[in-house]
Amino acid sequence: MSSMDLLHERYSRQVSLAELGIAGQQKLLQARVLVVGAGGLGAAALQYLAAAGVGHLGIVDDDSVALHNLHRQPLYSMADIGAPKANTARSRLQALNPGINIIAFNERLTVANALQIISTYDIVIDGTDNFATRYLINDACVLLQKPLVYAAVSKYEGQVSVFNVPKEGMAVNYRDLFPQPPAPGEVANCAETGVLGVLPGIMGVMQAAEAIKLITGIGEPLVNRLFTYNVLNNQVFEWKLQARQGTADLIPATAAAFEKTDYQWLCGMASMEREIDSNRFDQLAGQESTIIIDVREPGEEPLVDEFAHEKIPLGRLSEQAGSIRAENILVFCQSGKRSLQAARLLAEQLGDATKIYSLAGGIVQWKKAREHKKQASAQ
Amino acid sequence: MFVEIMVFGQLTEITGSATVALEGAADTDAVLRLLQTRYPRLTGSRYVVAVNKKIITENTKVGNTDAVALLPPFSGG
Repeated sequence: MSSMDLLHERYSRQVSLAELGIAGQQKLLQARVLVVGAGGLGAAALQYLAAAGVGHLGIVDDDSVALHNLHRQPLYSMADIGAPKANTARSRLQALNPGINIIAFNERLTVANALQIISTYDIVIDGTDNFATRYLINDACVLLQKPLVYAAVSKYEGQVSVFNVPKEGMAVNYRDLFPQPPAPGEVANCAETGVLGVLPGIMGVMQAAEAIKLITGIGEPLVNRLFTYNVLNNQVFEWKLQARQGTADLIPATAAAFEKTDYQWLCGMASMEREIDSNRFDQLAGQESTIIIDVREPGEEPLVDEFAHEKIPLGRLSEQAGSIRAENILVFCQSGKRSLQAARLLAEQLGDATKIYSLAGGIVQWKKAREHKKQASAQ
Repeated sequence: MFVEIMVFGQLTEITGSATVALEGAADTDAVLRLLQTRYPRLTGSRYVVAVNKKIITENTKVGNTDAVALLPPFSGG
């Protein structure tokens, strides 16, 4: 058989679908799909995308195959343990379908490489396992206006949706659903809670189906809708999504702002880490791009004349937050309680480009620490 | 007036079941206040609220026939 006959033979069962046809198959062969994360979701999506003849696949993953992956990532085998996932997935998929082009990026998606990598693809599939990369991918796809096929799993439940595809005048993204990343520990990951192996397989294959529908224009992709599935009781639901006011302000508006956003920091910041001690406060206070704000009421003791700062009482912080321009904002109060509230409030209003810290123990503790230092250096 | 609330993901570990019935809440803010009083750990949890299968972005009136749901984010992949 000629290669053309093989091509027809390979895709004959889906080309014979009246809605898809030869035209749909040609669209698939010309399509460029990037799969970020070649784990439970990604590996499952990749197998069906490659099988369906999506002509250009990109695989981003910096992880290696581990034994505890195999219960939910049967794309890999025992012999692959220790090998890079992206490379391994590439050779496995290429063996399945030599007629498509597959690029393996054996690296982590970061603010430095995301825009460049994503911009060369038509559709992005989020198969990641952490919030930092999920928010990074979402924001990059909003910036580049790329359709994003999202899925996430926990234990026995999964979510799927399609973001950044305009329909009826509205295109929602992940931040319209969940505006801010949770703090670490607030939402457990698979390593902590476990996951039934078939679940990411089911959800990942659904992502492949959504991508195929987007490419070929058949059916109704999950645009502006969230699909949830529970593997234990087979309950499925569809939730209507709507644009949320203020979402756009949370997303870096330019490539430059995106590249300066620290998603690891953003998602790795528990309330404890938001608080800094006197030493760290002094270090950050010395930086040019830092401003310091006293959030106490006017006239509260002790007075502070040791460093330059602005005075915005907690109650008025909200209305003035928009005019604060700095890379680092240090807030303090008497004891550290109000300033922690202030830090949370500023983080919500200013979004991800600004780092906000609260002085633990307040100015009282800071003055004590300074006194200790003076005494120690005098001795 | 009873409102039935469906709970998803890890939130069920806090509520102990996938559905909770509440009495005396006229809007979603009141629903959340009552739920957080009954299940204090909900206060520190992240979730979005849906009324009649639509994710809401502001306080919404609820009545006897309305279905409220709490959906948490998942990170796993």
